[in-house]
Amino acid sequence: MSAPHHGLSEKRFESVIGMMLRVGVILAAAIVLVGGVLYLEKYGAVEPDYRLFRGQASDLRSLHAIFGDAALGHSRGLIQLGLLLLIATPVARVAFSVAAYISERDWIYAAITLFVLGILLYSLSSA
Amino acid sequence: MNGLLEFTLLIAAGSFLAGLLGSLTGLGGGVIIVPLLTLVFHVDIRYAIGASLVSVIATSSGAAAAYLKEGFSNIRVGMFLEVATTVGALCGAYLATRIPTAAIAIIFGLVLLYSASDSAKHDTLVPIQQRSDPLAARLRLDGTYPTRDAGLQKYHVRRVPLGFGLMYVAGTLSGLLGIGSGAVKVLAMDRAMSIPFKVSTTTSNFMIGVTAAASAGIYLHRGYIDPGLAMPVMLGVLGGALLGARILPEAEVRALRVLFSVAIAAVAIQMIFKGLRGNL
Repeated sequence: MSAPHHGLSEKRFESVIGMMLRVGVILAAAIVLVGGVLYLEKYGAVEPDYRLFRGQASDLRSLHAIFGDAALGHSRGLIQLGLLLLIATPVARVAFSVAAYISERDWIYAAITLFVLGILLYSLSSA
Repeated sequence: MNGLLEFTLLIAAGSFLAGLLGSLTGLGGGVIIVPLLTLVFHVDIRYAIGASLVSVIATSSGAAAAYLKEGFSNIRVGMFLEVATTVGALCGAYLATRIPTAAIAIIFGLVLLYSASDSAKHDTLVPIQQRSDPLAARLRLDGTYPTRDAGLQKYHVRRVPLGFGLMYVAGTLSGLLGIGSGAVKVLAMDRAMSIPFKVSTTTSNFMIGVTAAASAGIYLHRGYIDPGLAMPVMLGVLGGALLGARILPEAEVRALRVLFSVAIAAVAIQMIFKGLRGNL
């Protein structure tokens, strides 16, 4: 467990994960901010209404539709794309861990992280 | 309220404050943002928990990057327990779409009360255990953390099944209420599994993003995540939490924690009351 080589690779593993999380959050926040500015420019004077729950329009509820909307430069679609990227950040972190544990032949943790990845993908696939 | 611009800026400012206080007190932004949106801005609780969940992912990922560098987080413990929290989060997100919002408000209030009382009495030190569980040894959960004067301190992990079970509960609450449920996660790790406080808080933060991501897909599909609302909440909470993390080492948080716990308890009672009367 305390073999120097192992300790080093663990450290590297942590720094890659840390970097993935940081980049994901910064990128997501930037996209949300751009979408937000466009959104307020267009709808800033509209009366806000969140008292009643109506759910979202179908174009903001599925992965496919969000991508389409964002590609057209629609502000709400852009924000939703940023949020999607934010949600994907921890998913990418888990996917990277699966690969890292497999390459270390750590089968127990490869199985554990693969299971978690399955749950995350299942949830996202419902969107 | 006069228009969306003003509404959005007010929410961003409130979220910034929630993120700041949440990170200084260790309660997390989610437990503050939902009452703020529902009680002050009269937002439907489903939109509120959708926006909160997104902000929880942002703060968790943002802070985890910094914590990993310091060497406190135990990644193995985090990955292993994520099995329990993500399954719980899926169950919680399904439950959220099926039970009445009044019931969600009441459960939220109760969790808030627990978190507040827990935050007020933190600082208890868990004695370092001499041996670990066989299961913990098999999963190689034991770890080390840096200390100021003694170098790397080793610790052993105990009562893994109990911790795992509590983590399932934490995940369910997270998916049901759109919060990180850091208080329950820390309870599972430091009280049940004897993991040192600094390790359990940073590892809990590390897990929160994955846990929240497990319910986010379902929230998105059900239309709980409104871009116009989630935008100021996510940006505000993230900004506040990052500032909080920066000033935390120098800040005198003891008094703030106690004061804040009292305020949170008052908010909790209001949420329970409104839930009982059915007007939330």
